[in-house]
Amino acid sequence: MLDFINRIFGRESSSSRNVAKERLRLVLVHDRAGVSPELLESLKADLINVISNYMEIDEDGLDVSLDSSENQVALVANIPVKKMKRKFETESA
Amino acid sequence: MGEVIVITSGKGGVGKTTTSANLGAGLASAGSRVCLIDADIGLRNLDVVMGLENRIVYDLVDVTSGNCSFRKALIKDKRFDKLFLMPAAQTKDKTAVNPAQMEVLCNEIKDDFDYVLIDCPAGIEQGFRNAIAGADQAIVVTTPEVSAVRDADRIIGLLEKEDLREPKLIVNRMRHQMVKHGDMMSIDDIIEILAIDLLGVVPEDELVVVSTNRGEMVVLNNNSKSGQAYRNIVRRIRGEDVPMMSLEDSGLFGKLRRIIGLK
Repeated sequence: MLDFINRIFGRESSSSRNVAKERLRLVLVHDRAGVSPELLESLKADLINVISNYMEIDEDGLDVSLDSSENQVALVANIPVKKMKRKFETESA
Repeated sequence: MGEVIVITSGKGGVGKTTTSANLGAGLASAGSRVCLIDADIGLRNLDVVMGLENRIVYDLVDVTSGNCSFRKALIKDKRFDKLFLMPAAQTKDKTAVNPAQMEVLCNEIKDDFDYVLIDCPAGIEQGFRNAIAGADQAIVVTTPEVSAVRDADRIIGLLEKEDLREPKLIVNRMRHQMVKHGDMMSIDDIIEILAIDLLGVVPEDELVVVSTNRGEMVVLNNNSKSGQAYRNIVRRIRGEDVPMMSLEDSGLFGKLRRIIGLK
């Protein structure tokens, strides 16, 4: 019903206005990441820091990238693990 | 000392030159001393949009290469007290000027004016870098189309990299009827995507074409919607707090929609 009302008032989600907005949103995720490769580098460094609390990883084999499929963009990280830590080290340790 | 404002967009054809001419004329008729610089070397157009094409003697490249002083190259627009144009060279290309030269020139010129407006060429290459080199502030012009908004986003990123923080946005050629029918992105959509401050919205208006045909500026036409929009932007640049003009024609449908809360 709401859909019907929306259609009457030109607000259905498949309107070209919304399609344009959604497509732009997606393309800009990529454009903006492309403008600053330093962003991915800095994210990589932060990831290493966090994950190192839990396991030993191969930092050189670490791969982080943005992957887009039809209607979403995903952050894909491939992180080779060398060794699990036996115990979770708390901050004080 | 004046402010140097670059008017840029990335994409061509969104109305940088028209915007430059109208803001320049508007600021001058409001009493500011204004110098317009056409930085589109090889494709000069600000002169013909302003109706000053027959008065060019010297150009930007003559000045930056030291052939003449900047005062000698400036064309005075006789319709105003204080409006001047520095035309681009037509027979050279954008490599005839470098960013360092533009910075020196802007610093020299801004002592004599309240506002120096630079009409930036389309693209992100040297012409763009020349145009922004001496700027203190930037205005980004876009239209409600995916291509123009995407390019605007790229330009905003590049401006911020060059320390031109907080550029302001002008959305040009807005068609409210189409937005209403879900066939065009709204101002809110564009602002949400680009996340920058809105300086103004200029509606699509045939009178812009008519004025440009004659070498006149629509900002001086009191009976045009686009002229009103440009005058509002001028007042905002001059520091006044002017509310955004409503482009909405309040028909029965608009009212109905507001009543049931869809607006």
